[in-house]
Amino acid sequence: MSKPEFVYVTYIATTPEKIWAALTQGNFTKKYWYGRRIESEWTVGAPVRFFDRDTQDLTDSGVVLECDPPRRLVYSFRPEFSPELREQGHSRVSFTIEPHEGLVKLTLIHDQLPSEEMAAQFREGWAPILSSLKTFLETGKPLPQLRSFEEKGRVTQPGE
Amino acid sequence: MENETDRVFKALADSSRRKLLDRLHADNGQTLGRLCEGLKMTRQAVSKHLAVLEAANLVTTLKVGREKLHYLNPAPIGEIYDRWIGKYERQRVEAMNDLKKSLEDENEQA
Repeated sequence: MSKPEFVYVTYIATTPEKIWAALTQGNFTKKYWYGRRIESEWTVGAPVRFFDRDTQDLTDSGVVLECDPPRRLVYSFRPEFSPELREQGHSRVSFTIEPHEGLVKLTLIHDQLPSEEMAAQFREGWAPILSSLKTFLETGKPLPQLRSFEEKGRVTQPGE
Repeated sequence: MENETDRVFKALADSSRRKLLDRLHADNGQTLGRLCEGLKMTRQAVSKHLAVLEAANLVTTLKVGREKLHYLNPAPIGEIYDRWIGKYERQRVEAMNDLKKSLEDENEQA
């Protein structure tokens, strides 16, 4: 795939430093990113790992490709939870953070996806993460349905 | 003063602009020329509609090589969805949508 598959832009009433912290610190990502905790040294070439909440269960991984706080963050990315997807290799996730008329413009580009199947995996996933991130930064609370997978499963219980 | 939400709803309140979003939804990342193909609108009209969609943040553009590609940006619509559809309603709304879709598909096949 030559052209980027996903380009999302959202404007957040916060500071570039707070967005940077929200993107790079696991205690923040687990609040708005489907309960996933990101970990990295955040230097070029360092590994990036996503874990399920406070466990050591690896869900996704990659390598830092660019790191320019609080402006630009790029890492490679592949799911680890499914062997079939894992085999297909890495895609690339880029975040650009720019002050814009009193707000901060956050642009996410997800490209270099190895297959249409992989693209389909992400198609429904990014918009809720970004809108939960926005709510989290603006109100201090993430969207409740994204706190964790476990909770998501609980909603289907009858009688609730 | 017109805020971001006003701009989103005004941009969506036009069938030509919704059609452009449909085309990007089906195939994201298109040039202006490609978006104009097969449409009854002039290139100028399409360009004007895209400017309104861009101002509402519903469309975003990206320079790839020498081409300017247009992308459907789902973030503002995601925010509208989150605003009025609560945690517990979500699954019912999606179930209703699936039901509607499958019944309407059946009708088409019948």
